[in-house]
Amino acid sequence: MSAKKADAKPNVSAEELMGHYREMLLIRRFEEKAGQLYGMGLIGGFCHLYIGQEAVVVGLEAAAEEGDKRVTSYRDHGHMLACGMDPKGVMAELTGRTGGYSKGKGGSMHMFSKEKHFYGGHGIVAAQVPLGAGLAFADKYLGNGRVTFAYFGDGAANQGQVYETYNMAELWDLPVVFVIENNQYAMGMSVKRSTKSPSLWERGAAYGIPGEEVDGMDVLAVKAAGERAVAHCRSGKGPYILEVKTYRYRGHSMSDPAKYRTREEVQKMKDERDPIDQVRDMLLTGKHASEDDLKAIDKEIKAIVNDAAEFSKTSPEPDLSELWTDIYADQ
Amino acid sequence: MAIEILMPALSPTMEEGTLAKWLVKEGDTVSSGDILAEIETDKATMEFEAVDEGVIGKILIAAGTEGVKVNTAIAVLLEDGEDASAAVASSAPAEAAAPAAAKAPAEAKGPVATSVPQSPDWAEGTKMKQMTVREALREGMSEEMRRDETVYLMGEEVGEYQGAYKISQGMLDEFGPKRVVDTPITEHGFAGIAVGSAMAGLRPIVEFMTFNFAMQAVDHIINSAAKTLYMSGGQMGAPMVFRGPNGAAARVGAQHSQDYTAWYMQIPGLKVVSPYSAADAKGLMKTAIRDNNPVIFLENEIMYGKSFDVPDVDDFTIPFGKAKIEREGTDVTIVSFSIGMTYALAAADKLAEDGISAEVINLRTIRPMDTETILASVRKTNRCVTVEEGWPQGSVGGFISGVIMQEAFDYLDAPVITLTGKDVPMPYAANLEKHALLTVDEVVDACKKVTYR
Ligand SMILES: Cc1ncc(C[n+]2csc(CCOP(=O)(O)OP(=O)(O)O)c2C)c(N)n1
Ligand SMILES: [Mg+2]
Repeated sequence: MSAKKADAKPNVSAEELMGHYREMLLIRRFEEKAGQLYGMGLIGGFCHLYIGQEAVVVGLEAAAEEGDKRVTSYRDHGHMLACGMDPKGVMAELTGRTGGYSKGKGGSMHMFSKEKHFYGGHGIVAAQVPLGAGLAFADKYLGNGRVTFAYFGDGAANQGQVYETYNMAELWDLPVVFVIENNQYAMGMSVKRSTKSPSLWERGAAYGIPGEEVDGMDVLAVKAAGERAVAHCRSGKGPYILEVKTYRYRGHSMSDPAKYRTREEVQKMKDERDPIDQVRDMLLTGKHASEDDLKAIDKEIKAIVNDAAEFSKTSPEPDLSELWTDIYADQ
Repeated sequence: MAIEILMPALSPTMEEGTLAKWLVKEGDTVSSGDILAEIETDKATMEFEAVDEGVIGKILIAAGTEGVKVNTAIAVLLEDGEDASAAVASSAPAEAAAPAAAKAPAEAKGPVATSVPQSPDWAEGTKMKQMTVREALREGMSEEMRRDETVYLMGEEVGEYQGAYKISQGMLDEFGPKRVVDTPITEHGFAGIAVGSAMAGLRPIVEFMTFNFAMQAVDHIINSAAKTLYMSGGQMGAPMVFRGPNGAAARVGAQHSQDYTAWYMQIPGLKVVSPYSAADAKGLMKTAIRDNNPVIFLENEIMYGKSFDVPDVDDFTIPFGKAKIEREGTDVTIVSFSIGMTYALAAADKLAEDGISAEVINLRTIRPMDTETILASVRKTNRCVTVEEGWPQGSVGGFISGVIMQEAFDYLDAPVITLTGKDVPMPYAANLEKHALLTVDEVVDACKKVTYR
């Protein structure tokens, strides 16, 4: 199935496909490791894994340019890895150590990197949506040609502040791509149980914002849609909405018993639609890579993730004096 | 090499669990993602997935075992070609794979509360039953819903999911979707809808998944619910309950760990309660639902699983505005509420060992506050320490200390000490979180200070 799709898509180099494969695999292995460390008590609190959704962020990052910004929710590990943040720093934040991106003070849900233009990791559902428009407001104000990706979930899409933001973003032609990561559930609430709107992206029409639905399990489709969205924003036409249809394999967080969907539903997605398997198939059937090539990548990724885990265990806990720093600027 | 499969932590507050069921047996081949076992945590039954591939060499903990500590080896996984002897060799007790970090938050919360002495809330000899705070909240709500058709429960995941923290477990089954209403994630909207319905004669119970998210709805809580009775010259108000877990849980970071007691305490038109024990939870819940005003009902996630005695009577309520002396004493008055009571009571035990007799007051209602009980106690002990997890500036204790200064200044033998959480956003790191929170020792030290010991 996926092989045909690959044939249908011109202009995809083997190198690019390999890149997508590698990045998605890094996220998956990283998240599996995080789940394991959580089970061992090394990671505490809430921990929301991105497994299943890898193609969304990898596809969109492929459409971004250096200097573009991104902001997302608590389900943020994948976004950080995809925008080039160091797996060691991300994992060490998960374990609450000094080597973490927030020196251990933020945790899984609250990480930032000025260097990589990653504006967080936000724990309050939908709060990142106006923040994303605000980043775009600043870019437009400064005239720097940058675009912001504001990621949020299908559940977040029902929050009122999203629509206040849509209105102003279009009114002021802000260069922001609103990315709805529709993984079909908000905790245990399926999209069907939370809205009668047939589609989420079409709600933008009420404010004059164009958009489209995208197959979020197909990294190439995501990238192509991302390029259209970015071109729209960068040309000064204002915001664009992408509703990316995806799926999370694991529970909402580590403590979700996930009784609201069947094991078969999850298994079917894994078997038929897995974003990594799709690219793997393309690579193999297109003879862009051999089994051995892919094994070598697997091994390389495993080593990166193991290093990150090791670092996250050995990096020291923050000094107690850190409790009192970073509360005010110019302290 | 054989790999030990360890009992996983499956929730932020889990320290041990029940190994309910094995879904694999010795000799089975498993690959990553396969479900190995069902584990009951403090909140739910969870499926536990394999991370590594291999053959189950040995099951070390039998199905049905309760109280299995996180990180205990529960099975041994063999890699290709290994035989069971490898399993036996490696089935020695797992060395502590988890760092101190895993246990720190639990310790920081202070010891588990035990039973409560005699009480003004029930007569001597009343038949009691043990229940958790979680069950008590549920029972309080359910009893009132049976009694009054206009009471309904609304919030995120209260119905089909059975409650994010399982407070409303089973209530959808009993009361149906008309009265147990699942909402989308739209706090500002559904809080407003609930207030409107209260103005029109219903009695909503609005569950906030946690009070952190009530900040999205705070305009309706204050501008719509608290002020309408006044603005309408008494014609209509909002008889309703806003409830949910308040304050820090464990390791959930700055945006999810905040005590709002002092915020809501400031608002005329709101009543504010914060139970400590299961009896408080049930009795205050029933009173809150019957009250004709908007009530802010501040629970605490850490306390949900703790058990207490609750009177086994038909219609148990606790009046608002009545504090409870949980422990009598003569040398110092400790005033607290909610989880703060666990520190206060543990400190009183420790102080007793040093010959200091502490009187411990459980406020229960924060607004209207039973300042009479506090003042009477301070007139007796001449010293006061307040204990809460919230921040220092504009704290509940700050208010109490002001009242004492104005009403009982001449009785004080030492300045009131207002103990609070540290004046910082909640850090995530285990060691920092522990230091941001109160400790029993801080309470003990403060009491020694005001008694000049
Ligand atoms: C304002 C607010 N309300 C409730 C929550 C609790 N909560 C956290 S995530 C979540 C579900 C969000 O679902 P969705 O937006 O679809 O994102 P996903 O988790 O699927 O990525 C809820 C209800 C919160 N963090 N913030
Ligand atoms: Mg979702």
